Amino acid sequence: MEFFKIHRDIPFMRNAMVFNVISLVTFLAAVFFLFSKGLHLSVEFTGGTLMEVSYSQPADLNAVRKSIANLGIKDVQVQNFGNAKDVLIRMPVQKGGNSGQQSERVMEALKADNASATMRRTEFVGPQVGDELAADGLKALAFVVAGIMLYLAVRFEWKFAVAAIIANLHDVIIILGFFAFFQWEFSLPVLAAVLAVLGYSVNESVVIFDRIRENFRRYRKMNTQEIIDNAITSTISRTIITHGSTQLMVLSMLLFGGETLHYFAVALTIGILFGIYSSVFVAAAIAMWLGIRREDLVKGVVKKDEDPNDPNAGAAV
Amino acid sequence: MNRYPAWKYVILVIAILVGGLYALPNVFGESPAVQVSPAKASMPLDASALAKVEAALKDKGLVANGITLEGGSIKARFADTDAQLKAKDAIQNALNTSVAEPSYIIALNLLSRSPAWLTALHASPMYLGLDLRGGVHFMLQVDMQAALTKKAESLAGDLRTVFREKNIRHGGISRNAQTIEVKFRDAQTAEQARRVIQDQFPTLAIAETVDGTETKMTATIKVAAARDVQSQALKQNITTLHNRINELGVAEPVIQQQGLDRIVVQLPGVQDTAKAKDILGRTATLEIRMVDEGAEAHAAEMGTGPVPFGSERFLDRNGMAVIVKKQVILTGENLTDAQPGFDNQTQEAAVHLSLDAKGSRIFRDVTRESIGKRMAILLFEKGKGEVVTAPVIRSEIGGGRVQISGRMTTTEAADTSLLLRAGSLAAPMEIIEERTIGPSLGAENIAKGFNSVTWGFVAVAIFMCAYYMLFGVISSIALAFNLLLLVAVLSMLQATLTLPGMAAMALVLGMAIDANVLINERIREELRNGASPQAAIHAGYDRAWATIIDSNVTTLIAGLALLAFGSGPVRGFAVVHCLGILTSMFSGVFFSRGVVNLWYGRRKKLKTVSIGTVWRPDSETPALAK
Repeated sequence: MEFFKIHRDIPFMRNAMVFNVISLVTFLAAVFFLFSKGLHLSVEFTGGTLMEVSYSQPADLNAVRKSIANLGIKDVQVQNFGNAKDVLIRMPVQKGGNSGQQSERVMEALKADNASATMRRTEFVGPQVGDELAADGLKALAFVVAGIMLYLAVRFEWKFAVAAIIANLHDVIIILGFFAFFQWEFSLPVLAAVLAVLGYSVNESVVIFDRIRENFRRYRKMNTQEIIDNAITSTISRTIITHGSTQLMVLSMLLFGGETLHYFAVALTIGILFGIYSSVFVAAAIAMWLGIRREDLVKGVVKKDEDPNDPNAGAAV
Repeated sequence: MNRYPAWKYVILVIAILVGGLYALPNVFGESPAVQVSPAKASMPLDASALAKVEAALKDKGLVANGITLEGGSIKARFADTDAQLKAKDAIQNALNTSVAEPSYIIALNLLSRSPAWLTALHASPMYLGLDLRGGVHFMLQVDMQAALTKKAESLAGDLRTVFREKNIRHGGISRNAQTIEVKFRDAQTAEQARRVIQDQFPTLAIAETVDGTETKMTATIKVAAARDVQSQALKQNITTLHNRINELGVAEPVIQQQGLDRIVVQLPGVQDTAKAKDILGRTATLEIRMVDEGAEAHAAEMGTGPVPFGSERFLDRNGMAVIVKKQVILTGENLTDAQPGFDNQTQEAAVHLSLDAKGSRIFRDVTRESIGKRMAILLFEKGKGEVVTAPVIRSEIGGGRVQISGRMTTTEAADTSLLLRAGSLAAPMEIIEERTIGPSLGAENIAKGFNSVTWGFVAVAIFMCAYYMLFGVISSIALAFNLLLLVAVLSMLQATLTLPGMAAMALVLGMAIDANVLINERIREELRNGASPQAAIHAGYDRAWATIIDSNVTTLIAGLALLAFGSGPVRGFAVVHCLGILTSMFSGVFFSRGVVNLWYGRRKKLKTVSIGTVWRPDSETPALAK
C-alpha cells in the first residue's frame, strides 16, 4: 500500500503567505476568545468541591438542586455526567465554615431524598492549591519553551528555534482557544495534554528542519524555497502516517477512555491536527521569512572553500 | 552490512527476558486479602496469633487461599471480596477482645497473585493509584505560624522560670505574636538577663530599646531555629497521623511530606471518608497548664468577675468554666504513652501517662511546688481549647509515670487515653485538598484505560502491517516490545500508575510508532532512488536516527518539565511519558533493527524487501518491488 505518489515537489512555500494569514487569523481569534470568554477552569484550579453521584434510575436534576439549595450552599452547578444516571455537582469554595465537610452534608441530604444515591467520587480543593497549580502550569510552559528553543538553537540555528516555538505556541494557543470558545472544562489532565502537544508538535518541525538541513548539504543548486518545498514533500507521507497512528490511539482514548479522559483526548486531537498544519505551513514559512541560508547550517563546508591565510578573506566589493 | 554482532543480540535477549519477568506479575493480578498487624510495634506477631487466625476462619467455615506470616504481619488471601469481608469480621472478633483497646490492626488489602519465585525476585505488579483502586486522598496544610507562636509561648515560660531561678527582677514578660518582650527597670539587670539569654537560649535573638531608665528587650526566634521548629512540627504531625491512621486499619497508607508545610495522606480502599476525616481532622494539640486558683479567678469562674491578667477561660467537657494560666507547662510532645486502666487503691477508672525525660523533670518540679492545686489538661482543636480533665495534684510525681483518676467512667478513660496516645499535633492542620474515588469507579477506570491502550494498539498494528507489509509486522513487534519494557520498568520502579498514566501509555505508543514510520519511509525513499535493498535498509536506519534523536529529545524536554512542575495527575502522566520515550528509542531503533538484521542481514543476494509498494515517479509500472 502506498498513499503518496507525488511526481514533483509541491510548491508549499509559494502559498506560504496565504497560509500564514490564515494562521494569524485563527491565532488572533483564539486569543480573542481566551480574553473575552476565558477558560472554564476545573475545580483543581479554582478551588471548590466537585461530586459525582450515581443513581439507579435517571436522576432528577431539579430535585438534586433543591436539596442542595436547602443546605444553604450557593452557586451550585448540577449537570449530568456521561449518562442520565450520573450527576456531577460543582460547588465553589464557601466562605467561612469548613468546605471539606460540605460533600458529606450534601451526600447525606441526597441519600435522604433517594436511597439509591451512591458517591462515586468527590474532590475538594482549597483556593491556595488552585493558585499554585496555575503558577506551576505557567512555569512548566516557560521551562518547555526555553528548553526546546535552547536545544534547537544548539542543534540547528536560532532561526529554526524561533520558528519552531512560534509555530508550536500557535498550536497551544489554538487548543486553548477551542477550550475557551466551547467552554470545555480545563482540568489538570488537559494541561498535561497541552504541554504534551507542545513536545509532540515540535517533533514535526524537527523532522522537517532535519530534512531541510540535509537538503542544503545535498542539493547545492536549489534555492531556499525549493529546498523547503522538497523537504516538506519528501516527509509529508511520514507526517501524515505518524499523525494518523497517533490519532488512532487518541481516538481509541476518546471512544473507550470515558469521561475522565474525554477532554484530554479532545485536546490531543486538536493538537495533532494543528500540529501537522503548523509544522508544514507555519514553522517552515517563518524559518524562510527569517532568512535561513545554506551558510547557517553547512558552516564547515563553506569555510573549507576559503584559504585561511588569504589576507583578503571576507573582503567584498 | 546489516548484521549485528553477537553481543548486541545478547543485550536484546537479556532485555526481553528481564522485561518479560518483571512485567509478568501484572498478568496474575491481585487477590483480596486480610492483613493482621500488631497495634504496637513493641508486640511482635508470633505463631500463636497465626494459629488464632486459622482457628477463627475454620470456626466460620471460611477457606483462605494461603495464610502467611511475613514482615511482621499475617496475610490471608481469599477468592473474592465477599469472603474477604466475612473473614475480616471473623478475625476481628477472635483477636480483638476489647473494642476500645484493640491489640491488632485488621485491614483489607490486595495482594499480588504472582507465584512465590517471582516475589523472591522482587517482581511485583505496578502500584495502582487511587483513581484506579478507589480510596481517599487528602492534602493537609500545617499551620506553621501557629507552631512558631506556640514555641514562642513556651520559650516565654522558660524565660520566666530561668529569671526566677537566677533571681533576675523583670518588669513583666509578654508574648506579642512570635516575639517575646521583657521589660527591665535598670540597665544593669537588663545586661545580666541578656547574658543569661545568650547563655541558655541560643535560639533567641535579642534587640534592646532604652526608654528613659526602662529597658525593653525583644527576643525573637532565630531564622535557623525557626526552620528547625517548623521541620520538627511537620515530623511530629506526620508521626501523629501515622498513629491515628493505624486505628483506621488501612493496609498501605501513604503519609508523605510535600513541600515545606504540607502532608499528603492516601488511604487506599477506604470508603468511610467521614470516619477517616474525623480521625485525621482531629487537629488536636495537648497542653498541660496550671489552674489559676486566686480569688479573682474564682470569681471569674463563677461568672462574677473579669478573667485575671495572664489567665484564660476555658470550658470543661460538662460546660463548666475553668480559669487556666496562660503559661504552658508541658505539651503533647513530652508525652510518650497513655493507657486506660484502674487506680490501684480506689479501683476507679484512670488514665496512665508516661512522660519523656524532659517532661518528667518539669512535671516533678511543678508537682512538688503545687500539691493540692489543680492542673488542667487542655485539648485544642481548630484553635478552640477544651479542658479534658483538671485533676488535683495529690503528691510530688517523679519518674515520669502519671495517673489521672477520679470521676471518670471506663469509656471516658479509654477515650481520653486514645486521644492522648494518638499524640498531639505540633501545629494545627487543615485539609486543603480531598479526593474520594469509589471502588466501582476505580475498577471502571482500569477497564477504560486498558481498553484505550488495547484498541489503539490493535488499530495501529493492523494499519502498520497492511501499509508496510513485513516491515510493518516488525514495527508492530517493536511496539509490543516497547509496551512490555514500559510495563516492566514501571513495575520495577513501583511508580504509581494512574488513569492519566494509562493515557500517557496510549499516547506514547502512538508517538513511538513515529520512529518506525520514519525508518520505513526512509527505506522506501532509498529504494525509490534506486539503492539496493541492503543499502536501503542500512541508509534508512542510519539517516532516520538523527531525526529520531532530535524529535525525542524535544519531547523529553516537555516531559521533564511536566515532571518538575506538575503535581498529582500531571505527574502521573509525566512519569509514564518520559519513561515511554526512553523505552521507545530502544525498541523502535535498536530492537527493530535487530529483527530486520536477523531476517534480511544474512542474505547476500537480496532482491526485494517486503515494505509495501515502492512507487517510482520515473517508471510507468508502479509496483516494482514487493
